[in-house]
Amino acid sequence: MKKKLLLLLTFFSFLLAGCGRTDSPNTLTVLNYGKYIEPKVLELFEEETGIKVEYEEYITPENMYTKYKAGAIDYDLICTSDYMIEKLILEDEVSEMNFKNIPLVKNLDSSYFEFSKSFDPENKYTLPYFFGTVGILYNRELVDESKINSWDILWDERYSGQIIMADSVRDSFMVAQKRLGYSLNTTEEKELRNAQELLIQQKPLVYSYLVDEAQDEMIAENAAMAVVYSGEAGLALEYNEKLAFSVPKEGSNMWIDSWFIPKRAKHTENAEKFLNFLCRKDIAMMNFDYVYYATPNTQVKEALDPELQENSTIFPPKEILENCEVFKSLDDASTMKYNLYWKEIKSAD
Amino acid sequence: MLRKSAQRIYLFLIFLFLYLPIVVLIVLSFNNSKSKVLWGGFTLDWYKKLFSNSAIMEAFSTTVFISLASAVIATLLGTLAALGIDAMKKRGQAVMLGATNIPLLNADIVTGISMMLLFVRFTRLGISTVLIAHITFNIPYVILNVLPKLKQSSRTAYEAALDLGAAPLYAFRKIIWPQILPGVLSGFLMAMTMSLDDFSVTYFTKGAGINTLSTMIYTEMRKGIRPEMYALSTLLFLIALILLLFMNFGPTARKEARP
Amino acid sequence: MRNLKRQLLAGPYILWMAGFILLPVLMILYYAFTATGGNFTFLNVSSITFSVHLKALVLSLKLGLICTVICLALSYPLAMILNSMKAKSQGFIVFIFILPMWMNFMLRILAWRMLLSNNGIINSLLGTFGLPGIDILNTPTAVVFCMVYDFLPFMILPIYNAMSRIQPDIIEAARDLGAGSLIIFFKIIVPLTMSGVVSGIIMVFVPALTSFAVSDLLGGGKVLLIGNVIEQAFMQEYNWNLGSGLSFVLMIFVIASMALMNSRGDENGTGVW
Repeated sequence: MKKKLLLLLTFFSFLLAGCGRTDSPNTLTVLNYGKYIEPKVLELFEEETGIKVEYEEYITPENMYTKYKAGAIDYDLICTSDYMIEKLILEDEVSEMNFKNIPLVKNLDSSYFEFSKSFDPENKYTLPYFFGTVGILYNRELVDESKINSWDILWDERYSGQIIMADSVRDSFMVAQKRLGYSLNTTEEKELRNAQELLIQQKPLVYSYLVDEAQDEMIAENAAMAVVYSGEAGLALEYNEKLAFSVPKEGSNMWIDSWFIPKRAKHTENAEKFLNFLCRKDIAMMNFDYVYYATPNTQVKEALDPELQENSTIFPPKEILENCEVFKSLDDASTMKYNLYWKEIKSAD
Repeated sequence: MLRKSAQRIYLFLIFLFLYLPIVVLIVLSFNNSKSKVLWGGFTLDWYKKLFSNSAIMEAFSTTVFISLASAVIATLLGTLAALGIDAMKKRGQAVMLGATNIPLLNADIVTGISMMLLFVRFTRLGISTVLIAHITFNIPYVILNVLPKLKQSSRTAYEAALDLGAAPLYAFRKIIWPQILPGVLSGFLMAMTMSLDDFSVTYFTKGAGINTLSTMIYTEMRKGIRPEMYALSTLLFLIALILLLFMNFGPTARKEARP
Repeated sequence: MRNLKRQLLAGPYILWMAGFILLPVLMILYYAFTATGGNFTFLNVSSITFSVHLKALVLSLKLGLICTVICLALSYPLAMILNSMKAKSQGFIVFIFILPMWMNFMLRILAWRMLLSNNGIINSLLGTFGLPGIDILNTPTAVVFCMVYDFLPFMILPIYNAMSRIQPDIIEAARDLGAGSLIIFFKIIVPLTMSGVVSGIIMVFVPALTSFAVSDLLGGGKVLLIGNVIEQAFMQEYNWNLGSGLSFVLMIFVIASMALMNSRGDENGTGVW
């Protein structure tokens, strides 16, 4: 028995020693949303440059934040959403991007850099990747289409038990705030309380609060309406012809997922090479085909079928975008308020 | 007779309850449509695509490695621990069992994050950190399976063997081991299953570029799960099923049969 | 048998435990009793008294309890049936019940969503027979249903284990001495399987209390359990202190309920395990 014990102990010491892997010099550690890049793009990049990509995925920006902040892994390049980037910029976690090393950035439509200014005021830190809006995905046979251009329809009792809301604090509050004509970045106590009241009032009508499964539920015709991201709506439309998408006239949220290089990055040069690679027309095209969200890459958009270019679900028209607001990061006190109010909505009867 | 058929029906209903979702997933793996909800005819495409996708195959081998290795190590550690705990006095046992239960008490995310915080302080995240984390939450399942068998095993036979001059190790092998073996095996199985199914702990303790099936499936949630995943899960399930049949009807069945 | 040498076998495990179980728990405790700046505070732990949190805790306890009772009610007869069938090997029985877990947990829950939804498989089937559909998705009922589905094996296995250990001789002896089936059941089978029942209860109740994924997916986000509150504190609010504080409270609840079960077990003359 003693011998076994000794053997075991030596095994553990090996195990622990095995943890301290050494850095290989020519790598790039990338962190991105799940299924947000064409896998072949990574292979091509490795072939062309000889840089080994360590690719890692996450589900929600908050998951990403937790892992990043713990210092678990030294990421070289991260893609995430607007408000999360702003939060990290404010926490001094983001390094300035040297656009001189990313010449192909000229392929991107400059208007999206304008939109990015709401979280990156001087366009110093981020490079837009995909963008979209939030709206109502609805079933044309179940919903009165004349009323779908307003958020009001989500409070219509005729649709009791057929409404899917977003299961995330900011997205749900956004709907109520826009309906009331407020900014979606409001921190006014009174406005927040009003929005909360509206959402509590709506709760009995709600079929479910979902994020990822809303699309499937709509395809299966389990509900009449769902608050979803435009990109998901675009996919859902492909599966079920009865579905359509509308961004209400009161305005909505425009989201931009962008790349940034964190301060702790070890391979900045490789990261810049990778970003330049992503802006290249053929590569951006592959990515668009795979992800199927609106791309800021003008070269890709121009090369698409005219019909697809006109697809207002995937490519939100400028006039809709101008009516939309981008989320800003909130201060700690307001974040706590939002969260508490949200929990109160969720536990209301 | 009536009683027998009532029993049969009850058994059938319970198994239907347990296996119904699995049937659904298996059917989906042959569905010729990317949608989860619409049937588009029978196809084997997803299985073909599965084997040509290197990322999925890599995740598959990582998953198998982690669950096997963690289960083996946890079984070893856990069985030894159970033997030791069994020999302790009542108070010692209570303390040990209390501590053993901690990984079961916490929500997965809490366990995952707290381990990540610990690892980050001492080392880099990699595959070994996942392994350590899995061993940690696996051990309790082994101990909880082995200890009852030990308590129920007859001590008198073992003591008699010692009195008759058998070496402790020999007496252990001949008397205690056969009695606790079913517990060890079910502990091993449970450990492997738990490890296979875990997401939260794996997610927070894994290094860059390492994926298990669970982390892969979860990160696909937002944009819809690839049907290849259903195919892979079906395969994994079938492998387990074949293993089960082999265990029951194959040559090893006798060894394992109840005394 | 009860000698120091044998106790030493637990040595490697004790080391492992100290490093990878107790240390992480200490970290949770540290976060639970500090504010973001690192100052000592009771606020995180005492925030359980907020009405939202308290409501979530009560709901968790309620659903956890219902789930445990249902599991027990389903498992006990099942274990007796399985035991009477004299299966070839115990490993086989264990395997049958663990096998479903070889399909990914999330996929199985999603499959239940497909089965239970408005236009789902079960409702379509009921519809073709002219039966009224069931409408339990996105309610606490669906959450309990799926928890039972998920945790049932953890109740069945320990009870079945304990039952298969009962020597048939004992029952025969009792019968020879004139005991009826009821007496045999209550005086022999129940006491002898008590240890299995107790560990089954713990293995079902504890995870049911801390679960959050099931309520998210089958409760349609409308069922807020304490597990969801903790998950949200860690994952959406970046408030690890609050999450740890509430986890600590939950741990106390779990330990208390286990101690309670422990003392009940002892009265019956068997330990928990």
